[in-house]
Amino acid sequence: MSKVKTIQEAMEFVKDGMTVMLPGFLGVGTPEALIDAICERKTGNLTVIYNDGAFPGVGIGKLIRHGLVRKMISTHTGTNPELVKAIAEGRVEIELLPQGTLVERIRAAGAGLGGILTPTGVGTSVEERKTIMELDGATYLLELPLRADVALLYAFKGDTQGNLVYRRTARNFNPIMATAADFVIAEVEHLVDVGEIEPEHVMTPGIFVDIVVRGCN
Amino acid sequence: MTMPTSPKDIIAWRVAKELKCGEVVNLGIGIPTLVSNYITPEMNITFQSENGFVGMGALAKPGEEIPDLTNAGGQWVTLLPGAAFFDTAMSFAIIRGGHIDVTVLGALEVDERGYLANYWIPGKGGPGIGGGMDLVVGAKRVIVAMEHVRKDGEPKIVTRCSMPITAKRMVDLIVTDIAVIRPTNEGLVLREVAPGVTTDEVLSKTGACLIVPDDVGEMVA
Repeated sequence: MSKVKTIQEAMEFVKDGMTVMLPGFLGVGTPEALIDAICERKTGNLTVIYNDGAFPGVGIGKLIRHGLVRKMISTHTGTNPELVKAIAEGRVEIELLPQGTLVERIRAAGAGLGGILTPTGVGTSVEERKTIMELDGATYLLELPLRADVALLYAFKGDTQGNLVYRRTARNFNPIMATAADFVIAEVEHLVDVGEIEPEHVMTPGIFVDIVVRGCN
Repeated sequence: MTMPTSPKDIIAWRVAKELKCGEVVNLGIGIPTLVSNYITPEMNITFQSENGFVGMGALAKPGEEIPDLTNAGGQWVTLLPGAAFFDTAMSFAIIRGGHIDVTVLGALEVDERGYLANYWIPGKGGPGIGGGMDLVVGAKRVIVAMEHVRKDGEPKIVTRCSMPITAKRMVDLIVTDIAVIRPTNEGLVLREVAPGVTTDEVLSKTGACLIVPDDVGEMVA
């Protein structure tokens, strides 16, 4: 059965106050059409899980500019002065963490793991309020799984069952976030019929995807 | 290659001399990115980019940008034959898992312990952590590439970092526009000064104790 819906239909599953996973790296690999739709509907008070601050007015930068984000769980903000200002003025709360930790926390949630142990952040501000463990003479932080209510993906190609193929550096967080949200919406640049994507080339199996929408990039 | 003249290029040029044939290298944003300008194809260096690939080539020429192909600073780049893309989990398995030979990073401060601070300025905020903490923890060698003093002339090499540190790891080398310094368990050791720069000048621009051995060299090609 086809999972293809309109962006408007997909937006019924994105509600005020939700935790939203958005893939991308400085705007590359982010579902711009879905973000535009959130801005139009003014769905707000969101907790956004995204690698960085992107740039002003680009990708999640649009959500920041429209004042729709309450909290960011992110690794880096410096490229977006509007986000830096919003954090400084207390309009956006920030949880800052290392990039490798962010992706592994998401992977743990999607893979049914209780957490991960990482040496990254030991002895830094990142370890505050976390469990520190010694194993075989090495020190690790226990980092807990990170889930979201909804993940909004961006794929170069997708079929009507939600099998996805990403292009170049737009892959980044997409395959991981696909596994760790209660509801997954994929914006695809090229929509194809089932069977047109070689099974060997599928990067995210369609079982993870609830809705497929056509992008307009 | 002859020595360049601008401070940032001097740093990049000197760092490039540290890289060995066949190494896998991750360059941070800013001055570290310039290091690739001083790498020859014969060196067979593989650049890893934390946003998800190995085999990064030069910056793309204006008008020849390839969609969805940027470096970790968001700049349009090109690929070399043999390049490979991957997701962020794989990218940080490479970084944290010890598969990067050398990472070159900028810093806000480095201290006598060899610890660097590069992600947060108290009272000011940002830039953020990004891949920096994982790189410092996971890379086999960490080289700091930065200007010797801040824009206001204050030293960036200090007794103890006043900003939050990036990792409890002694970096392997500090390369600035006027000096090359090696952190050791005994303290920071001055190894080289730039041509025309005296040891006294380096000491006066450094906010930490520097050990000055008899055999301090000059940065040369």
